[in-house]
Amino acid sequence: MREDLKMEKRESETEKQYFFDKPKNIKILFRVFYAVLFVSLVFEFVIHKHTYFRWEEWPGFYAAFGFVAFVVLILTAKYILRPIIKKKEDYYD
Amino acid sequence: MINTVPPAIIFILGALLIPLLKGRLKSAYLLLLPIVGFINLINIPEGTNWIVRFLDYELVFGKVDRLSLFFGYIYHLITFLIFLYALHVKDNLQHVAGFVYAGSSLGVVFAGDLLSLFLFWEMMTFSAVILVWSNRSKNSLGAGFRYLLVHITGGLCLLAGIILHVVDTGSIEFGYIGLKGLSTYLIFIGFGINCAWPGLHAWLPDAYPESTITGAIFMWTFTTKTAVYVLARAFPGTEALIWIGAIMTVFPIFFAVIENNLRRVLSYSLINQVGYMVCGIGIGTELSINGTVSHVFCHILYKGLLVMSMGAVLHRTGKINCTDLGGLYKSMPLTCIFCIIGAASISGFPLFSGFICKSMVMEASALGGMSIIWLLLMFASVGVLEHAGIKVPYYAFFSHDSGIRTKEAPLNMLLAMGIAAFLCIFIGILPGFLYSLLPYPVDFDPYTPFHVVSMSQLLFFGAFAYLLLVLSGIFPAEIRAVNLDFDWFYRKGAMIFMMGCDALNNLRVGVQALLSKFVGETAKHGLDPLYIPALVIRYIQLKIARVFFKDKAREYEFKFRRIQKMGESGMSYSTDIPRERIGFSLILALTLFFLYLLVYLIFYLPEKL
Repeated sequence: MREDLKMEKRESETEKQYFFDKPKNIKILFRVFYAVLFVSLVFEFVIHKHTYFRWEEWPGFYAAFGFVAFVVLILTAKYILRPIIKKKEDYYD
Repeated sequence: MINTVPPAIIFILGALLIPLLKGRLKSAYLLLLPIVGFINLINIPEGTNWIVRFLDYELVFGKVDRLSLFFGYIYHLITFLIFLYALHVKDNLQHVAGFVYAGSSLGVVFAGDLLSLFLFWEMMTFSAVILVWSNRSKNSLGAGFRYLLVHITGGLCLLAGIILHVVDTGSIEFGYIGLKGLSTYLIFIGFGINCAWPGLHAWLPDAYPESTITGAIFMWTFTTKTAVYVLARAFPGTEALIWIGAIMTVFPIFFAVIENNLRRVLSYSLINQVGYMVCGIGIGTELSINGTVSHVFCHILYKGLLVMSMGAVLHRTGKINCTDLGGLYKSMPLTCIFCIIGAASISGFPLFSGFICKSMVMEASALGGMSIIWLLLMFASVGVLEHAGIKVPYYAFFSHDSGIRTKEAPLNMLLAMGIAAFLCIFIGILPGFLYSLLPYPVDFDPYTPFHVVSMSQLLFFGAFAYLLLVLSGIFPAEIRAVNLDFDWFYRKGAMIFMMGCDALNNLRVGVQALLSKFVGETAKHGLDPLYIPALVIRYIQLKIARVFFKDKAREYEFKFRRIQKMGESGMSYSTDIPRERIGFSLILALTLFFLYLLVYLIFYLPEKL
C-alpha cells in the first residue's frame, strides 16, 4: 500500500511541468494582454484617421464594436440558436 | 519555350500512374507531379489555347488570363502541400481521387466553354465523394450519398441552364453571363450550390467533417473556390451576390459557436470565408474583385493550415470533439504553433495574411457606401475571431487537460504545415508579392496606421469579451450533441418519405392479403355451395336444441362440429364431385346453345335474308 502511494507520488513528480501549468506564466500572459488592450486604445488618439463612415470617428468605436459584437454573438448562439437546433447525438440514427 | 498541355491533363492522367508505383518512388512521384504541373502552368502563354472541335461547337481547354492563372498558381501550390501532408497515406484510391479532384478543378478554371466546364464540374463531384467514402465509416457512407445527391441536383440545374443558354445564344463560350432570364438563373443556382449559399449549404458541414484526414484539405480547398472562380468569371457585379455573400459571412458563425466537432466548426468557418469572396464578386469593382481573389489565395493557405493541424490532432488522438480534447500543446507543440498561426491569419491580425486580403472587400463595400453590408462583414470578422481564431486552437491544445499524451505529428505533416504557416506570415508581412499577381493593378495599402489600430482594437476587445464571458461562466459549455442544419429537411424529409412509402406498402400488403383470403374462401366454399347453408342450418338447430330440446343438444352439437370441422379441413366434399357437376352443367349448357344455334340458323336466318 505504501509502495503504491510512493509510486504515485514519484509519477506525479516526474510528469513534466508545462508552460500553462504554472500560474505565474498565465499571470504574465494576462498582463501582456491587458497592456495590448490599453496600447491599442491609446494609439487611436495619436494617429490620423481615414474614415468612410461617421461612426468610425467616434473614439473607441472599433473596440466597442468588437466587444459588443462578441457578446451578442455568444448570447444569441447560446440562448436562441442552441435551444432550437440541439439534439441528442443519435438523432439521425 | 516548351510545349505545354492543359493543366488538368497532367493531374488527371498523371493520377492514373499512381497505382503502378511503390515506396519512395511513389512518394517522389506524388511530390513531383504538382511541380511538373506548375512548370507547365507558368509556360502557358496567355490567351485561348487548345481548341478542340466537337460536333458543331468549339471546346476550349485553355482560357488563360490573369484570373485563371491566379487560381492555377494557388491550386498547384496547395496540391503540392496536401501531397506532402499525405505522403504517409498508403491508400492509392485517395491519391488518385485527390489528383483527379485537383485536376478537374483546374479543368473548370481553364475551361473556355460551358460544355467542358460542365464535364470537369461533374468530375469534381465524383472524385470528391470518393474522398468522403474513403473514410470507410457508416457516417461517411451516408454523408457521401447525401453529398452526391445534392451535387447531382446542382449539376442537373447547371446543365439545364447551360442547354437553355446555348439554345438562346447559339454559343457555348464561357464568359460574362449576368442575370437575365431563366437559363442564367439556373446556371447561377447551379454555381451557388457548389458555393454553399445560405440554405443550399448543408452538404458542406454534413460531408466535409466525414472525409479522410488528408482528403479533407482537398475538400476545403477546391469545390467552393472553383465556384467562386466561375461566379467571378460569369456574374461579377451581380447585386444579389452582395447580400448572399454578406448573409453567408454572418449566419454560420452562430452555428460555429455551439458546435462540438472541430472539423464541423471549420466547415462553418469555410462558408463564412467564402461569404467574403462572394460579397466581393457582387460589389464588382476592381478593388473588390482583387479582394476576392487575394482572399482565395490567403484563405486556401490558412484554412488548409487549420484543417491540416486538426487533421494531425485527429491522426494522433483519433478524436476531434472539443469535449474530448484539450492540453495537447504539451505533446504536440509544433502543431499547436502552426494552428495558432493559421488562427491568427484567418482572424486577420496585423502581420498575418488574413489582414491584407479581407480588408480589401470591406474597403470596397465602404467605398460603395454600403453601410449595412460593411457592418455585417465587420460583425462576421468578430465571429471569425471567436470560432476559428480562439475556439479551434483553444479547445484542441489548451482548455482543460484531457490527459491525452501523444506524439508530435509525423514529419511530412509538420513540413506541410510549416510551409503553409511560413507563407501565411510571409504574405502578411510582404503583401506586395501577392498583389502583383492579382487580375487588376492594386492601389491599396493595408498597413495604414488607422487600419492597424482599428483592426487590433476590434480583435483584441473581442478577445477581451471572450475572456470576461469565460470567467463569468456565461460562455456556452461544449456539449456532446448534434446541431441541426438545413440538411434536416432532406434527411428527415427522406425519412418521412420512406415512412410514407412503408405505410403505403403495408396498406398494399394488407389489402392483398384480405382479397386473396376472400378469393380463397370463396373458391373453397364455391366448390361446395351447400357447406355454408348447411353450417348455418346446423348452427340454428344447435341453438334451438340448446333452448328447447336439451336432451338432444349433444347430438346437434356433434353434428355442427362435424360440419365445421369439414369446412376447416376442406374435406367436406370430394373434389371430383363438383368437377363432374360443373362438367355436366357445361355440356348441358353447350348442348342447349348448340340447339339454339341450329333453331336460329334453320328457322330465323332465312327469313331475315
